[in-house]
Amino acid sequence: MPEEVNDMPFSIPREEFMEPGHTACHGCGATLAMRYVLKALGKDTVVSVPASCWAVIPGAMPNRTLNVPMVYTPFAATGASITGLRVAMDILGKEDCNVVGFAGDGGTADIGLQSLSGAMERGHNVFYIMYDNEGYMNTGVQRSGSTPYGAETTTTPVRAERNFKHQQKKVVADLMMAQGVPYVATATVAYPEDLIRKIVNAKKIAGPKFIQILSPCPTGWYFPTEKTIEISRMAVQSGMFPLYEYSNGKLRVTKPSKTISIRDYVSVQDRFMHLDEEDVSNLQSAVDQRMKNLLDRERETSGA
Amino acid sequence: MMRVPLADVSSRVNHTDSWRILRPEIDYGKCIRCMICWKFCPDNAITVSESEDIKSPNERVARLEAPVIDLDYCKGCGICANECPEDCVEMVYESRGVN
Repeated sequence: MPEEVNDMPFSIPREEFMEPGHTACHGCGATLAMRYVLKALGKDTVVSVPASCWAVIPGAMPNRTLNVPMVYTPFAATGASITGLRVAMDILGKEDCNVVGFAGDGGTADIGLQSLSGAMERGHNVFYIMYDNEGYMNTGVQRSGSTPYGAETTTTPVRAERNFKHQQKKVVADLMMAQGVPYVATATVAYPEDLIRKIVNAKKIAGPKFIQILSPCPTGWYFPTEKTIEISRMAVQSGMFPLYEYSNGKLRVTKPSKTISIRDYVSVQDRFMHLDEEDVSNLQSAVDQRMKNLLDRERETSGA
Repeated sequence: MMRVPLADVSSRVNHTDSWRILRPEIDYGKCIRCMICWKFCPDNAITVSESEDIKSPNERVARLEAPVIDLDYCKGCGICANECPEDCVEMVYESRGVN
Protein backbone atom coordinates (compact mmCIF):
# COMPACT_ATOMS: atom_id res chain seq x y z
CA MET A 1 0.00 0.00 0.00
CA PRO A 2 1.48 3.44 -0.89
CA GLU A 3 2.45 5.67 2.03
CA GLU A 4 -0.04 8.44 1.30
CA VAL A 5 -3.02 6.05 1.46
CA ASN A 6 -3.62 6.56 5.16
CA ASP A 7 -6.18 9.32 4.92
CA MET A 8 -8.93 6.96 3.82
CA PRO A 9 -12.23 8.21 5.20
CA PHE A 10 -13.16 5.07 7.11
CA SER A 11 -15.46 6.10 9.93
CA ILE A 12 -15.86 2.58 11.32
CA PRO A 13 -13.25 -0.17 11.93
CA ARG A 14 -12.06 -1.85 8.74
CA GLU A 15 -11.71 -5.40 9.99
CA GLU A 16 -14.61 -7.69 9.06
CA PHE A 17 -15.84 -10.57 11.22
CA MET A 18 -18.75 -11.45 8.98
CA GLU A 19 -18.15 -13.29 5.71
CA PRO A 20 -20.10 -12.72 2.51
CA GLY A 21 -22.23 -15.49 1.02
CA HIS A 22 -24.73 -15.64 3.87
CA THR A 23 -28.41 -16.22 3.17
CA ALA A 24 -29.99 -13.02 4.51
CA CYS A 25 -32.63 -11.35 2.35
CA HIS A 26 -31.72 -8.45 0.05
CA GLY A 27 -31.15 -5.26 2.04
CA CYS A 28 -31.25 -6.99 5.45
CA GLY A 29 -30.84 -4.66 8.44
CA ALA A 30 -30.07 -7.46 10.91
CA THR A 31 -26.87 -8.51 9.09
CA LEU A 32 -25.67 -4.91 9.24
CA ALA A 33 -26.38 -4.88 12.98
CA MET A 34 -24.21 -7.99 13.49
CA ARG A 35 -21.49 -6.61 11.22
CA TYR A 36 -21.22 -3.37 13.22
CA VAL A 37 -21.44 -5.08 16.63
CA LEU A 38 -18.56 -7.40 15.75
CA LYS A 39 -16.51 -4.53 14.30
CA ALA A 40 -16.88 -2.81 17.66
CA LEU A 41 -16.12 -5.86 19.81
CA GLY A 42 -13.32 -7.52 17.85
CA LYS A 43 -12.27 -11.14 17.63
CA ASP A 44 -12.32 -12.06 21.33
CA THR A 45 -16.07 -12.50 21.27
CA VAL A 46 -18.50 -15.36 21.51
CA VAL A 47 -22.03 -14.86 20.21
CA SER A 48 -25.08 -16.76 21.38
CA VAL A 49 -28.02 -16.76 18.97
CA PRO A 50 -31.52 -18.15 19.64
CA ALA A 51 -34.11 -19.03 17.01
CA SER A 52 -34.32 -15.88 14.92
CA CYS A 53 -33.37 -14.61 11.49
CA TRP A 54 -29.77 -14.83 12.60
CA ALA A 55 -30.15 -18.56 13.21
CA VAL A 56 -30.67 -19.05 9.47
CA ILE A 57 -28.51 -16.27 8.03
CA PRO A 58 -25.25 -18.30 8.36
CA GLY A 59 -26.75 -20.94 6.07
CA ALA A 60 -27.12 -24.69 6.47
CA MET A 61 -24.62 -27.00 8.15
CA PRO A 62 -21.60 -27.03 7.67
CA ASN A 63 -21.54 -23.31 6.83
CA ARG A 64 -20.70 -20.45 9.12
CA THR A 65 -20.62 -16.77 8.31
CA LEU A 66 -18.99 -15.31 11.41
CA ASN A 67 -15.28 -15.41 12.14
CA VAL A 68 -16.02 -15.67 15.86
CA PRO A 69 -17.65 -18.61 17.71
CA MET A 70 -21.43 -18.61 17.48
CA VAL A 71 -23.58 -20.82 19.71
CA TYR A 72 -27.14 -21.76 18.86
CA THR A 73 -29.48 -21.70 21.80
CA PRO A 74 -33.19 -22.46 22.33
CA PHE A 75 -35.63 -19.59 21.74
CA ALA A 76 -36.26 -18.68 25.36
CA ALA A 77 -32.74 -19.27 26.64
CA THR A 78 -30.47 -16.50 25.35
CA GLY A 79 -30.13 -14.98 28.83
CA ALA A 80 -29.37 -18.36 30.40
CA SER A 81 -26.95 -19.21 27.60
CA ILE A 82 -24.87 -16.03 27.98
CA THR A 83 -24.85 -16.55 31.75
CA GLY A 84 -23.36 -20.02 31.30
CA LEU A 85 -20.86 -18.87 28.69
CA ARG A 86 -19.73 -16.00 30.91
CA VAL A 87 -19.22 -18.18 33.98
CA ALA A 88 -17.36 -20.80 31.92
CA MET A 89 -15.13 -18.13 30.35
CA ASP A 90 -14.30 -16.74 33.78
CA ILE A 91 -13.38 -20.20 35.08
CA LEU A 92 -11.09 -20.65 32.06
CA GLY A 93 -9.47 -17.31 32.89
CA LYS A 94 -10.82 -15.58 29.79
CA GLU A 95 -12.31 -12.58 31.56
CA ASP A 96 -11.45 -10.34 28.59
CA CYS A 97 -13.58 -12.32 26.17
CA ASN A 98 -16.87 -10.60 25.31
CA VAL A 99 -19.99 -12.72 25.70
CA VAL A 100 -22.82 -11.50 23.49
CA GLY A 101 -26.42 -12.62 23.27
CA PHE A 102 -27.75 -11.64 19.87
CA ALA A 103 -31.50 -12.14 19.73
CA GLY A 104 -34.35 -10.81 17.66
CA ASP A 105 -37.30 -8.92 19.05
CA GLY A 106 -39.49 -12.03 19.35
CA GLY A 107 -36.74 -13.80 21.27
CA THR A 108 -36.35 -10.75 23.51
CA ALA A 109 -39.65 -8.95 23.97
CA ASP A 110 -41.87 -12.05 24.06
CA ILE A 111 -40.25 -15.47 24.39
CA GLY A 112 -36.90 -14.68 25.99
CA LEU A 113 -37.99 -11.89 28.33
CA GLN A 114 -37.74 -13.84 31.57
CA SER A 115 -34.32 -15.26 30.81
CA LEU A 116 -33.10 -11.81 29.72
CA SER A 117 -34.41 -10.21 32.88
CA GLY A 118 -32.82 -12.96 35.00
CA ALA A 119 -29.41 -12.59 33.34
CA MET A 120 -29.50 -8.81 33.79
CA GLU A 121 -30.57 -9.17 37.43
CA ARG A 122 -27.74 -11.62 38.23
CA GLY A 123 -25.33 -8.93 37.04
CA HIS A 124 -23.04 -10.94 34.75
CA ASN A 125 -20.57 -9.12 32.56
CA VAL A 126 -22.45 -9.78 29.32
CA PHE A 127 -23.85 -7.96 26.31
CA TYR A 128 -27.41 -8.57 25.25
CA ILE A 129 -28.03 -7.19 21.79
CA MET A 130 -31.64 -7.12 20.61
CA TYR A 131 -31.89 -6.53 16.89
CA ASP A 132 -35.36 -5.20 16.54
CA ASN A 133 -37.03 -5.88 13.19
CA GLU A 134 -40.44 -5.46 14.78
CA GLY A 135 -41.87 -8.91 14.19
CA TYR A 136 -41.18 -12.62 13.76
CA MET A 137 -39.68 -12.07 10.30
CA ASN A 138 -37.85 -15.40 10.04
CA THR A 139 -41.06 -17.44 10.29
CA GLY A 140 -43.03 -15.25 7.89
CA VAL A 141 -43.83 -11.87 9.44
CA GLN A 142 -45.94 -12.54 12.53
CA ARG A 143 -46.74 -9.87 15.09
CA SER A 144 -44.48 -9.58 18.14
CA GLY A 145 -44.66 -7.43 21.27
CA SER A 146 -42.20 -5.10 19.59
CA THR A 147 -44.32 -4.53 16.46
CA PRO A 148 -45.50 -0.89 16.43
CA TYR A 149 -49.11 0.27 16.45
CA GLY A 150 -50.73 0.19 13.05
CA ALA A 151 -48.50 -2.41 11.40
CA GLU A 152 -49.93 -5.12 9.23
CA THR A 153 -48.43 -8.58 9.73
CA THR A 154 -49.62 -12.04 8.72
CA THR A 155 -51.22 -12.49 12.16
CA THR A 156 -52.72 -8.99 12.14
CA PRO A 157 -53.95 -8.94 8.54
CA VAL A 158 -55.81 -5.99 7.10
CA ARG A 159 -58.91 -7.02 5.20
CA ALA A 160 -62.41 -5.58 5.45
CA GLU A 161 -62.25 -5.74 9.27
CA ARG A 162 -58.99 -3.67 9.44
CA ASN A 163 -57.38 -6.00 11.93
CA PHE A 164 -53.98 -4.25 12.10
CA LYS A 165 -51.99 -4.24 15.36
CA HIS A 166 -53.88 -1.93 17.72
CA GLN A 167 -51.44 -2.15 20.63
CA GLN A 168 -48.43 0.11 21.11
CA LYS A 169 -44.87 -1.17 20.76
CA LYS A 170 -43.33 -2.70 23.87
CA VAL A 171 -39.87 -1.11 24.12
CA VAL A 172 -37.58 -3.58 25.88
CA ALA A 173 -34.83 -0.96 26.35
CA ASP A 174 -37.26 1.07 28.47
CA LEU A 175 -38.04 -2.05 30.53
CA MET A 176 -34.34 -2.65 31.08
CA MET A 177 -33.88 0.95 32.17
CA ALA A 178 -36.70 0.51 34.67
CA GLN A 179 -35.01 -2.64 35.95
CA GLY A 180 -31.82 -0.67 36.63
CA VAL A 181 -29.49 -2.38 34.17
CA PRO A 182 -26.14 -0.51 34.35
CA TYR A 183 -25.93 0.19 30.62
CA VAL A 184 -28.90 0.49 28.27
CA ALA A 185 -28.80 2.03 24.80
CA THR A 186 -30.75 2.14 21.58
CA ALA A 187 -29.09 2.37 18.19
CA THR A 188 -29.90 1.80 14.56
CA VAL A 189 -28.08 0.70 11.43
CA ALA A 190 -28.27 4.11 9.72
CA TYR A 191 -25.84 5.49 12.31
CA PRO A 192 -23.05 2.89 12.55
CA GLU A 193 -20.59 5.34 14.14
CA ASP A 194 -23.07 5.98 16.96
CA LEU A 195 -23.79 2.25 17.31
CA ILE A 196 -20.09 1.37 17.53
CA ARG A 197 -19.39 4.18 19.99
CA LYS A 198 -22.19 2.91 22.23
CA ILE A 199 -20.81 -0.63 22.21
CA VAL A 200 -17.31 0.65 22.98
CA ASN A 201 -18.75 2.68 25.87
CA ALA A 202 -20.69 -0.36 27.09
CA LYS A 203 -17.52 -2.46 27.07
CA LYS A 204 -16.05 -0.25 29.80
CA ILE A 205 -18.80 -1.33 32.20
CA ALA A 206 -18.17 -4.65 33.96
CA GLY A 207 -21.80 -5.62 34.26
CA PRO A 208 -24.82 -6.46 32.13
CA LYS A 209 -25.32 -4.32 29.04
CA PHE A 210 -28.45 -4.13 26.93
CA ILE A 211 -28.50 -2.56 23.48
CA GLN A 212 -31.56 -2.46 21.23
CA ILE A 213 -30.77 -1.99 17.54
CA LEU A 214 -33.56 -1.12 15.13
CA SER A 215 -32.95 -3.23 12.00
CA PRO A 216 -35.40 -2.42 9.20
CA CYS A 217 -36.66 -5.49 7.33
CA PRO A 218 -37.64 -4.99 3.66
CA THR A 219 -39.36 -8.40 3.62
CA GLY A 220 -41.58 -7.78 6.62
CA TRP A 221 -42.09 -4.04 6.49
CA TYR A 222 -42.88 -4.18 2.76
CA PHE A 223 -40.56 -1.53 1.38
CA PRO A 224 -38.02 -1.61 -1.50
CA THR A 225 -34.73 -3.25 -0.53
CA GLU A 226 -32.62 -0.16 -1.23
CA LYS A 227 -34.50 1.88 1.41
CA THR A 228 -33.21 0.02 4.51
CA ILE A 229 -30.81 2.74 5.63
CA GLU A 230 -33.15 5.55 4.62
CA ILE A 231 -36.03 4.12 6.68
CA SER A 232 -33.73 3.43 9.61
CA ARG A 233 -32.74 7.11 9.52
CA MET A 234 -36.37 8.20 9.19
CA ALA A 235 -37.32 6.14 12.26
CA VAL A 236 -34.97 8.30 14.32
CA GLN A 237 -35.94 11.58 12.67
CA SER A 238 -39.66 10.93 13.17
CA GLY A 239 -39.21 10.01 16.85
CA MET A 240 -40.56 6.52 16.19
CA PHE A 241 -37.29 5.08 17.49
CA PRO A 242 -35.48 7.62 19.71
CA LEU A 243 -31.78 6.99 20.21
CA TYR A 244 -30.57 7.18 23.78
CA GLU A 245 -27.83 6.01 26.08
CA TYR A 246 -28.39 5.25 29.77
CA SER A 247 -25.35 4.63 31.93
CA ASN A 248 -24.51 5.20 35.59
CA GLY A 249 -28.08 6.32 36.22
CA LYS A 250 -27.91 9.10 33.63
CA LEU A 251 -30.00 9.21 30.48
CA ARG A 252 -28.83 11.03 27.37
CA VAL A 253 -31.26 11.31 24.46
CA THR A 254 -29.85 12.06 21.00
CA LYS A 255 -31.88 14.77 19.32
CA PRO A 256 -31.91 14.40 15.54
CA SER A 257 -30.78 17.49 13.65
CA LYS A 258 -33.71 17.13 11.26
CA THR A 259 -37.17 16.03 12.33
CA ILE A 260 -39.99 14.64 10.20
CA SER A 261 -43.57 13.67 11.00
CA ILE A 262 -44.91 10.16 11.57
CA ARG A 263 -46.93 10.63 8.38
CA ASP A 264 -43.64 10.84 6.42
CA TYR A 265 -42.33 7.70 8.14
CA VAL A 266 -45.41 5.51 7.66
CA SER A 267 -46.04 6.58 4.07
CA VAL A 268 -42.86 4.85 2.81
CA GLN A 269 -43.74 1.41 4.25
CA ASP A 270 -46.56 -0.71 2.91
CA ARG A 271 -47.15 -2.33 6.32
CA PHE A 272 -48.78 1.00 7.27
CA MET A 273 -50.52 1.71 3.94
CA HIS A 274 -54.05 1.11 5.32
CA LEU A 275 -53.75 3.73 8.11
CA ASP A 276 -56.16 6.65 7.90
CA GLU A 277 -55.61 10.15 9.32
CA GLU A 278 -56.99 9.19 12.73
CA ASP A 279 -54.73 6.13 13.07
CA VAL A 280 -51.69 8.20 12.13
CA SER A 281 -52.57 10.87 14.67
CA ASN A 282 -52.99 8.13 17.34
CA LEU A 283 -49.50 6.92 16.51
CA GLN A 284 -48.13 10.47 16.43
CA SER A 285 -49.52 11.28 19.88
CA ALA A 286 -48.12 8.05 21.37
CA VAL A 287 -44.71 8.84 19.86
CA ASP A 288 -44.82 12.44 21.13
CA GLN A 289 -45.78 11.24 24.62
CA ARG A 290 -42.92 8.75 24.73
CA MET A 291 -40.44 11.37 23.54
CA LYS A 292 -41.69 13.76 26.22
CA ASN A 293 -41.29 11.06 28.91
CA LEU A 294 -37.74 10.36 27.77
CA LEU A 295 -36.79 14.04 27.76
CA ASP A 296 -38.34 14.48 31.23
CA ARG A 297 -36.33 11.51 32.44
CA GLU A 298 -33.19 12.97 30.89
CA ARG A 299 -33.78 16.25 32.73
CA GLU A 300 -34.41 14.45 36.05
CA THR A 301 -31.34 12.22 35.83
CA SER A 302 -28.97 14.98 34.71
CA GLY A 303 -29.52 16.60 38.11
CA ALA A 304 -30.39 19.98 36.56
CA MET B 1 -14.92 -37.05 24.70
CA MET B 2 -18.35 -36.01 23.49
CA ARG B 3 -18.38 -34.65 19.96
CA VAL B 4 -20.46 -31.60 19.15
CA PRO B 5 -21.55 -30.61 15.65
CA LEU B 6 -19.31 -27.79 14.50
CA ALA B 7 -19.85 -25.73 11.35
CA ASP B 8 -16.55 -24.52 10.00
CA VAL B 9 -16.95 -23.97 6.28
CA SER B 10 -17.03 -20.27 5.48
CA SER B 11 -20.19 -19.10 3.75
CA ARG B 12 -17.85 -17.71 1.08
CA VAL B 13 -18.39 -21.01 -0.73
CA ASN B 14 -21.97 -19.90 -1.45
CA HIS B 15 -22.05 -17.45 -4.32
CA THR B 16 -25.20 -15.37 -4.08
CA ASP B 17 -24.87 -13.71 -7.48
CA SER B 18 -27.89 -15.58 -8.87
CA TRP B 19 -30.10 -13.65 -6.42
CA ARG B 20 -29.45 -10.46 -8.34
CA ILE B 21 -31.89 -8.76 -10.68
CA LEU B 22 -30.22 -5.35 -10.71
CA ARG B 23 -26.45 -4.96 -10.74
CA PRO B 24 -24.70 -1.92 -9.26
CA GLU B 25 -22.15 -0.18 -11.47
CA ILE B 26 -19.83 2.45 -10.04
CA ASP B 27 -18.89 5.43 -12.21
CA TYR B 28 -15.31 5.81 -10.95
CA GLY B 29 -14.98 9.13 -12.76
CA LYS B 30 -17.40 10.57 -10.19
CA CYS B 31 -16.57 8.40 -7.14
CA ILE B 32 -14.95 10.39 -4.31
CA ARG B 33 -14.01 7.22 -2.28
CA CYS B 34 -16.13 8.20 0.71
CA MET B 35 -16.75 4.47 1.38
CA ILE B 36 -20.37 5.01 2.37
CA CYS B 37 -21.35 2.13 0.03
CA TRP B 38 -18.83 -0.13 1.78
CA LYS B 39 -20.12 0.95 5.18
CA PHE B 40 -23.75 0.11 4.44
CA CYS B 41 -23.36 -3.11 2.41
CA PRO B 42 -25.27 -5.88 4.24
CA ASP B 43 -23.60 -8.59 2.17
CA ASN B 44 -19.98 -7.50 2.64
CA ALA B 45 -19.89 -7.52 -1.14
CA ILE B 46 -17.92 -4.28 -1.43
CA THR B 47 -14.19 -4.75 -1.10
CA VAL B 48 -11.53 -2.08 -0.86
CA SER B 49 -9.02 -2.09 -3.69
CA GLU B 50 -5.54 -0.63 -3.50
CA SER B 51 -5.20 -0.68 -7.27
CA GLU B 52 -4.13 2.65 -8.75
CA ASP B 53 -5.45 1.82 -12.22
CA ILE B 54 -9.02 2.71 -11.31
CA LYS B 55 -10.36 5.89 -12.90
CA SER B 56 -10.85 8.83 -10.54
CA PRO B 57 -12.21 12.40 -10.68
CA ASN B 58 -8.92 14.05 -9.63
CA GLU B 59 -5.33 13.55 -8.50
CA ARG B 60 -6.08 13.56 -4.79
CA VAL B 61 -8.80 10.93 -5.07
CA ALA B 62 -6.55 8.82 -7.32
CA ARG B 63 -4.22 8.19 -4.37
CA LEU B 64 -7.03 6.71 -2.26
CA GLU B 65 -8.24 3.15 -2.22
CA ALA B 66 -11.43 2.48 -4.15
CA PRO B 67 -14.60 0.47 -3.41
CA VAL B 68 -14.98 -2.50 -5.75
CA ILE B 69 -18.17 -4.54 -5.92
CA ASP B 70 -17.67 -8.28 -5.61
CA LEU B 71 -20.27 -9.59 -8.04
CA ASP B 72 -19.95 -13.14 -6.66
CA TYR B 73 -21.75 -12.04 -3.50
CA CYS B 74 -23.72 -8.87 -4.37
CA LYS B 75 -27.45 -9.60 -4.13
CA GLY B 76 -28.38 -6.34 -5.83
CA CYS B 77 -30.34 -4.77 -2.98
CA GLY B 78 -29.40 -1.27 -4.15
CA ILE B 79 -28.50 0.27 -0.77
CA CYS B 80 -25.16 1.47 -2.22
CA ALA B 81 -26.91 3.30 -5.08
CA ASN B 82 -29.48 4.80 -2.71
CA GLU B 83 -26.94 6.04 -0.17
CA CYS B 84 -24.19 7.26 -2.53
CA PRO B 85 -23.83 11.02 -1.93
CA GLU B 86 -22.35 11.56 -5.41
CA ASP B 87 -25.01 9.51 -7.22
CA CYS B 88 -22.32 7.55 -8.98
CA VAL B 89 -23.73 4.04 -8.46
CA GLU B 90 -26.24 3.02 -11.07
CA MET B 91 -28.43 -0.10 -10.85
CA VAL B 92 -28.68 -1.80 -14.23
CA TYR B 93 -30.62 -4.91 -15.26
CA GLU B 94 -28.50 -8.06 -15.34
CA SER B 95 -29.73 -8.84 -18.86
CA ARG B 96 -27.67 -5.89 -20.14
CA GLY B 97 -24.46 -7.85 -19.52
CA VAL B 98 -21.21 -6.71 -17.95
CA ASN B 99 -19.47 -3.81 -19.71
